[in-house]
Amino acid sequence: MDVEILSRLQFALTIAFHYIYPPLSIGLGLLLVLMEAIYLRTRDPLWQQITRFWVRIFGLTFAMGVATGIVMEFEFGTNWAAYSRFVGDVFGSALAAEGIFAFFLESGFLALLLFGWDRVGPRVHFLSTVMVCLGAHFSAIWIVVANSWMQTPAGYHLVGTPPHVRAEITDFWAMVFNPSSMDRLTHTVLGAWQAGAFLVLSVAAWYLLRGRHLPFARASMKLGLVVALFASLASLVTGDLSARGVARNQPVKLAALEGVYPANEPAGLHLFGWVDERAGRVIGPQIPGLLSWMIHDDATRPVPGLDAVPPGDRPPVNLTFQAFHLMVAIGMGLIGLALLGTLLLRRGRLFRTRWLLWLFVPAVLGPQLANQLGWTAAELGRQPWIVQGLMRTRDGLSPSVGAGAVMVSLALFTVVYALLFVLFLFLLDQKIRHGPRADDLAASGQRA
Amino acid sequence: MIDLQTTWFLLVGTLLAGYAVLDGFDLGVGALHLLVKKDEHRRVLLNSIGPVWDGNEVWLVTGGGALFAAFPVVYATVFSGFYLAMILVLFALIFRAVAIEFRSKQEMPWWRGLWDVSFSLASIGASFLFGVAFGNVIGGIPLDGAGEFSGTLLTLLNPYALLTGVTTVALFTMHGAIYLALKTEGEVQALVRGWINRAIIFFVICYGTTTMATLLYVPHMGETIKRQPWFFVVVLLTMLAIANVPREIHRRREGRAFVSSSLAVLGLFALVGIGMYPDLVTATDPARNLTIYNASSSPKTLAIMLTMALIGIPLVLAYTVGIYWVFRGKVKLGPMSY
Repeated sequence: MDVEILSRLQFALTIAFHYIYPPLSIGLGLLLVLMEAIYLRTRDPLWQQITRFWVRIFGLTFAMGVATGIVMEFEFGTNWAAYSRFVGDVFGSALAAEGIFAFFLESGFLALLLFGWDRVGPRVHFLSTVMVCLGAHFSAIWIVVANSWMQTPAGYHLVGTPPHVRAEITDFWAMVFNPSSMDRLTHTVLGAWQAGAFLVLSVAAWYLLRGRHLPFARASMKLGLVVALFASLASLVTGDLSARGVARNQPVKLAALEGVYPANEPAGLHLFGWVDERAGRVIGPQIPGLLSWMIHDDATRPVPGLDAVPPGDRPPVNLTFQAFHLMVAIGMGLIGLALLGTLLLRRGRLFRTRWLLWLFVPAVLGPQLANQLGWTAAELGRQPWIVQGLMRTRDGLSPSVGAGAVMVSLALFTVVYALLFVLFLFLLDQKIRHGPRADDLAASGQRA
Repeated sequence: MIDLQTTWFLLVGTLLAGYAVLDGFDLGVGALHLLVKKDEHRRVLLNSIGPVWDGNEVWLVTGGGALFAAFPVVYATVFSGFYLAMILVLFALIFRAVAIEFRSKQEMPWWRGLWDVSFSLASIGASFLFGVAFGNVIGGIPLDGAGEFSGTLLTLLNPYALLTGVTTVALFTMHGAIYLALKTEGEVQALVRGWINRAIIFFVICYGTTTMATLLYVPHMGETIKRQPWFFVVVLLTMLAIANVPREIHRRREGRAFVSSSLAVLGLFALVGIGMYPDLVTATDPARNLTIYNASSSPKTLAIMLTMALIGIPLVLAYTVGIYWVFRGKVKLGPMSY
């Protein structure tokens, strides 16, 4: 295998594994703020118990995020040196901003969140929880801005002569608010909220089914449903905005997401299907004109297809198509689940409807899969570009790194990450089985 | 008036020096971890850095981000040139992080033993590799016409770099031992106090050897001080800071000893900075050196980031001091401890 495919595989593996954890920090972070706020308002010891239980889970996921996150920052330099030289001026500043404004905040106040219960008063502790949650969100802002610049570059100009061309910032705010960053940021953050909410729901549903920790489980379930319902419905809106943005700014990516080939015709929408890339068509049921209507509010307007660009400029269509369609399908499933759960909760039947509770237990995987698939579609759909229209992925590699070296590191990452994942699941499972601690109900844990 | 490139040389230097002072003691505690045998004592060591280590690691993350943004050419050349070494640094940092998190979550002695060894080896390994990287950047690496590293992993393992690697381990071990003396009491503190003098002697021997090797083999590092002798004050202050450590330890003023040892780390960093400026990476052919001028981002980006740094760094310092203040005093094990 050549160094390009190995480096891409390694980046995909390390980012996919890392991205299990940040959505949990963001989503659980929000839930922790809500839980502790309810506790401070009501002073009900149950909410102290709930907060402390989820803080312990948060600590574990956060540590995994830190351990796997630093890899990402190093990898731009190690494997993508030419890319780093090209974009350092633009991309580097977003990354540095993430460090200064997000990571310090997050990990500094994490100390108080995890270990500060007896050292600071309840208000300062709550402030720390808010800061950790804000830090996690700030981190999402800067990294999504950086990635969105790779999708829809703005606020820059190119300087130098080949092969030493590089992008330089001309307008910082145009770079930050590039055409796709806000749509993608909101969509990403909502996906993270879903990941946090469905984790809480899954654990609570499992306790309810087992008849354990019932007050804890009922209260967690109610709060989890509020966040899950809001985030799932809002994802639909931001997803639609994102797709319209892709249609405007990255027509080739849109064509790959939907498997549109004809160069200039009104396009239909496939609910599912299989892309025959050789024949240039999708096998599967199609609703004629729907894609045109969704993008242009007019079913007869044309949508540019893949045939409009040479084959060398097209992404891998079937993979992009499948990742995107699976994400959408899972997203719809999560909306259905959240709606049904809320409906039964309002009718007072949720905690007795065992089949639905059984659906909530594995539903924790839904947002995780959808987040991974969404990023897969976003990144694959941009290929063969590493920065849309400016630099091809194969031109971004490190000239001094050979395939052998990447083979070694990829093998190491695979083995170590597999081990870490098993251990993470084992420890998470133990914490969940152990359940909330009875002594967390005693409100004496906090200084008055 | 200093220019933007020099400002960013100082700022990236400050972030990395902050990392060395703060995570330096975490890594030093890791290096000493296996010297205590009782489980409870090991937990005291772990929890002495428990609330702060990942905040300390952020100095590296931000330093790396700042290097990427301010001097992308250096970031790209060094990280890709030192490929396998960088990957090893990553695994060391990964294992350190998960070892701290995982270790005390199970009771089985084999489980705890395994993570204790991981924690210690990862800490020593990371310190050593940081030192090796610095040794190479100072000592000179082969760069081709396009500014790409043209050596191999073995090029990096040259005697000078190995020496700076060992010196860094010695420095952090000393620093970590002093931090532990500050944070522990009773039996553990008695153990730690027994190590400090040996750690200091080990460090001073390494430091002396490295200084001699630098003067003999990397003479360009002394040029600036030769030209501007008042910089020798930094050498003097660093030596005084090191010499002050055993004095304060003897008088049982661990807080002052820790301040001295932190100043020593900063002094050493300042000496490297003075010696290197305005170079960032020394090439075997000096015409190919990466400098703050030929490797930097555009002045506009440097200016934008300076604004960010002026807003961000005071905030970071304020709450970092606040958090250290909350966790002042001796380590006590509690239900939320590692």
